[in-house]
Amino acid sequence: MIHFVLLISRQGKVRLTKWYSTYSQKERTKVIRELSGLILARGPKLSNFIEWRGYKVVYRRYASLYFCMCIDADDNELEILEIIHHFVEILDRYFGSVCELDLIFNFHKAYYILDEILIAGELQESSKKTVARLIAAQDSLVEAAKEQASSVSNMIAQCVAAHCRPLLDNRVEERGCS
Amino acid sequence: MNPFSSPTRLRCAAISFRRSPPLNSRSFLLLLLVVMRLPHSYHLNFVSFNPMNGRGRQLIEMQPLFTLYLKLDMYRGTLKRDMIQAIRACKTAAEERAVVRKECAAIRSAISENDQFFRHRNLAKLMFIHMLGYPTHFGRDLNHSNQYIVGLALCALGNICSAEMAMDLAPEVERLLLSTDQTIKKKVCNTVLYQCFEVGLVRTVAQLQYKTVALYHVPSDSERSVYRYIIGPAALCSIRIIRKVSDLAENLMSPAASLLKEKHHGVLIAGVQLCTDLCKVSASVLEYLRKTCIERLIRILKDISNSSYSLEYDIAGIVDPFLHIRVLKLMRILGQGDADSSEYMIDILAQVASKTESKKNAGNAVLYECVETIMGIEATSGLRVLAINILGRFLSNHDNNIRYT
Repeated sequence: MIHFVLLISRQGKVRLTKWYSTYSQKERTKVIRELSGLILARGPKLSNFIEWRGYKVVYRRYASLYFCMCIDADDNELEILEIIHHFVEILDRYFGSVCELDLIFNFHKAYYILDEILIAGELQESSKKTVARLIAAQDSLVEAAKEQASSVSNMIAQCVAAHCRPLLDNRVEERGCS
Repeated sequence: MNPFSSPTRLRCAAISFRRSPPLNSRSFLLLLLVVMRLPHSYHLNFVSFNPMNGRGRQLIEMQPLFTLYLKLDMYRGTLKRDMIQAIRACKTAAEERAVVRKECAAIRSAISENDQFFRHRNLAKLMFIHMLGYPTHFGRDLNHSNQYIVGLALCALGNICSAEMAMDLAPEVERLLLSTDQTIKKKVCNTVLYQCFEVGLVRTVAQLQYKTVALYHVPSDSERSVYRYIIGPAALCSIRIIRKVSDLAENLMSPAASLLKEKHHGVLIAGVQLCTDLCKVSASVLEYLRKTCIERLIRILKDISNSSYSLEYDIAGIVDPFLHIRVLKLMRILGQGDADSSEYMIDILAQVASKTESKKNAGNAVLYECVETIMGIEATSGLRVLAINILGRFLSNHDNNIRYT
């Protein structure tokens, strides 16, 4: 079972966290600090697995981002490396040649994609096409929501209803037609 | 002149507007609305419009509308993108704190005034701020009519909820569990898990468990395609529930076994995982599954290792290595200490072990799991020799990762 997923930049900034076990707020910051220290200090030739507090932490570096996942001691680490790569490939396919900036500005989408792939610390979907389809459906939902929210008629209606009716009525009466 | 055509045009319009004679409330309002659609940076031009110079009575009348504008602007808040840029541009921690404080205040006022338009944006901003580590108070959005917002709220709830909040919102989440929208159901499964842990109430967990079991029994054949999307998360949900309350394992035996008949890989992965966890928890389930499931598992493994290239599931030449690994793990658990079941598995294990290429990581992952399985069950010596050869190959591999495992 995956206990948590962590994405840290090369400078130690946290880009994404997802926790699948109970950790209090203080524990979370402590864990992040500890792991950042451990992982960022490792050289490129060392293996991608760390033993930490009885768990295993599997990490992989993609350009300036470290993707880390913490698993139980008896899980298959090579499989977790594959899961990390699967996630990155889906992100790449969605954003089109993804870079760190994409994840910074579209973190909510990254979270959504992660939720589609991993549930409760286990892999849920191993097909890239299905995930892409689900995300596209979600995006169209977002577009529909934004359309609805920003249609001008909606705005005018809200505005007039909330504040302007008493004001405009007076003015119109005084001045006649515009 | 169409004011929507470009921002610079609009600025000219605004400037000429200042100079033109009859200032009219209605046209002012229209201009206001148009300006509101612009990015925030352009608002500065408008704000510099000083209502108190030169026009006397007309402008004084404009003032209420102008304050209206300011109020609306506060409602709107900044674009998420602008906020992120502002935070990134801060050079010191103190500056960053100030920006975040301002944003939080705006969000809080927006939430208290029940601002409908930009709910989703506010929620997204809340998540970002929380990620940065600031304490946030979460506005509750589970009753919103727009599914996207509900989904986002559930996601955020899953990430940042505390125990009290989880307890308060439990009935709402349960209601959503019964809703008809599939994406919502999936998200609810996700959040339901966090509640399971945070709250830890046995009663709540039992209720939730019955509801998820109900999910299994829902569909008829016509709804098969839709059913697929929920059943995976439902199964994984049940895993969590079982970890907390292991007595409920027996109830889930037969649905779990039937899950293994599914064709869709996502569902299969979840089903196999559920069976694995069930076996870990209860010995009676282990016996039951040994009797019923072994042929099915072997058939699944045969299908995926013999099937040709499939674009959807292929990773480095192996069709769905994740499913391979899960099935192998389950077979290990079922075969441990039991000679009969192990006999069935020998052939297929030998086939997988010799057929899988080990050039890529995916292949190695599958081989590693295979070796573990062979060591775990009552295998013949021939098979064990094969496993030891593979291990030897691993150790002489250049890659550190392989040598570590």
